[in-house]
Amino acid sequence: MTTAMPDTGFFNFPGAGPLWLSIQLAATTMVLLVVIGTPLGWWLARTTSRWKTVLQAVVALPIVLPPTVLGFYLLIVLGPNGAIGSWWVELTGEALTFSFSGLVIASCLYSLPFAVQPLQGAFEALDRRDLEAAWTLGASRVDAFFTIAVPQSARGYLSAVVLSFAHTLGEFGVVLMVGGNIPGETRVISIAIYDQVESLNYASAHQLSAILLAFAFLVLFTMFVVNRRWERT
Amino acid sequence: MSITLRYALQRDDFGLDVDLKIPMRGITGVFGESGSGKTTLLRCIAGLERPATGRLVVGSDVWQDQSKKVSRAVHEREIGYVFQEPRLFRHLNVLRNLDYGRHRGKMSRDEIAFDHIIALLGLEQLLHRMPGALSGGEAQRVAIARALLRAPRVVLMDEPLAALDRARKDEILPFLDRLHAELSLPIIYVSHNIEEICRLCDHLIVIENGLVLANETLQSALVRMDLPILSGDEAGSVICGTVKGYDADYELTHFEFSGGELLVPGRFGEAAADARLRIRASDISLCRDRPPQSSILNILPAIVEELQVGRGPSILLRLRIGTDQLIARITRRSCDELNLQAGDAVLAQIKAVAVRNTMTE
Repeated sequence: MTTAMPDTGFFNFPGAGPLWLSIQLAATTMVLLVVIGTPLGWWLARTTSRWKTVLQAVVALPIVLPPTVLGFYLLIVLGPNGAIGSWWVELTGEALTFSFSGLVIASCLYSLPFAVQPLQGAFEALDRRDLEAAWTLGASRVDAFFTIAVPQSARGYLSAVVLSFAHTLGEFGVVLMVGGNIPGETRVISIAIYDQVESLNYASAHQLSAILLAFAFLVLFTMFVVNRRWERT
Repeated sequence: MSITLRYALQRDDFGLDVDLKIPMRGITGVFGESGSGKTTLLRCIAGLERPATGRLVVGSDVWQDQSKKVSRAVHEREIGYVFQEPRLFRHLNVLRNLDYGRHRGKMSRDEIAFDHIIALLGLEQLLHRMPGALSGGEAQRVAIARALLRAPRVVLMDEPLAALDRARKDEILPFLDRLHAELSLPIIYVSHNIEEICRLCDHLIVIENGLVLANETLQSALVRMDLPILSGDEAGSVICGTVKGYDADYELTHFEFSGGELLVPGRFGEAAADARLRIRASDISLCRDRPPQSSILNILPAIVEELQVGRGPSILLRLRIGTDQLIARITRRSCDELNLQAGDAVLAQIKAVAVRNTMTE
C-alpha cells in the first residue's frame, strides 16, 4: 500500500523514510476523511433526528480521549481476533494491526472531528434558498450539491483538508498502540523522533522535530492566508 | 391549453385548498393578504412543497398526480421561479448565474434567445460582475433573466418587487411590461400590491385563507363588489383602450375606449398604442345632470348596473360605460339624495390615472 520513497538527493537524510511514510499516511487519511466527512457533515448539518447529538458526541470523542485509549480499543477491534480485524484477515490474509492499512483506519477515526466539524459548520451556514433556486433551474439534488453547496463551502473544505492532514501528521499515541514501530510500514515521523530520543540521538531528533515544526507552521500559515484572501472576495 | 391544478394541504397554522384552471398565456395575478397561501401555491406548483393530495397538469403533461403516483421532482418541472429575493449564486458571476439554468435546459445553444433576453432586461453591461456588486434592482433583473433562460413552460414570480423600494420598482416594472408584450410565456405573478396587479396582469386569482375567492379576467374580477379585499380603499377598475394623441399645450393624453374619450394628465405612449387605465372607485363621482361648469374634465354617460347594499358612510356601485364596467364609490347619503336605482342613466365624472401602455416604448 505504501510507495517507495523517491530516490533523490533531497530525501537522502536520516529520517527521510519516516517523513515520507507520514506524508503518505496523512494524505491517504485526508482523502478518505473528505469522502467520509462530506455525507456525515451534511447529515449532521441537516438532520433533526434525535440521534444527531449522539453522533456528534461520538465524532468529537477523539478530541477529548487520550490517544492511548483510542489506540487500545482499536488494537482490540482491529486485531486478528477482533470484529473488524478477523474479517480483514479472512478477506486479505493479512492482519490489520501493525500494518499501514491499520494505521489508515486508526488515523481516520483519530482525525475524524477535524474533517467533520469544519464541513458541518460550512454546510450549516449554507442558505437553503440557494439550493431551492438551483433545483428550480434544473439541477438535481446531487448536481446542486456539487455545483452550489460544495463551492460555497470551500472554506470548510480547506479547513477540513488542512486540519485532518496536519493532525494525522502529528499523531503519535494511536500509532504506537496500533502500528508499533516497523520501518517502512508503520514507523512514521513522530515515532522516529521518539526512537531517536530514546537512544539519546538528540541531533537527529532535533532535525526531524525542526522539519515537522516548520512543515506544520507552513501548512497552517498557508491556510490562514488563503482563508483571508477568500474572505475579501 | 391551460394549467389545471388541485391542491389540499394542512399545516399547523394554515391550510390550502384550491382547484384552479389557469390560462397558458398572459400574466395571471395571484392576489391576497400575506399569509393567505399565495406563496405556498407557487411552491406546490414548483414541487418545493409536497402536499398530501395534489394534481398538476401543464398543457397535456401530468406533472403531479397522487392517485397515479406521478410526481416530478423540482428539477424535472420546466418552471422559471423568480423569488422575492434574487437568490443569485454568490460564487458565480452574472453570466455564469445565467448559464446555470440555461445549460441545464433546452436553450443551451440558442444564442438568439440569449441575446434577446439579455437585451430585454438590459443586462449587457452587467455580465461580468459578481452578484455582490449589483444593486437590488439589477440583481432582481438578473434573477428574472436567469429564470427565463432556463426555457420554462411556466414562469412563477413570487412578489419579485416586494423587497425593493419605490425607485427600484419603477426601474423593473417597464422590463416586466416588455416581457408581457414580447414573450408568450404564461406567468403566474403573486402580489399583494393591487397597483402591480392592475398594471401587469390579464387574469386574476384572489386567495384568502387558503381558499380561492375569484378566478377570472382582471377586469371582471375588479368590478365584483362581493370581495372585501378588492372593495376596500384600493377598489378600482381597469379599462383598455388606445392612445389617440397628446395635447402638448395642456400636457394631457387623449385616451379612447368603448365609452368615449378620457383626458389623462401626463404623456404615456405614442398615438395608436394600446394602453390600459386604472380608475379608482373614489375617483368617480356621479351626477344626474351635466353640471354647467366643472373642474372635472371627463364626464361620460353611464348606466348604474348594481348598487351595493349595506350600512356605512359610503357604498360601491357598478357602472357600465360603453361596453366597459367600472366601479364607483359615493357616500350613501349622495346615493339616497340622487335616488339612484339599478338601470338609471347618470353622468360619471372621472379622474383617471394612467397605469401603463401595453406596447413597449
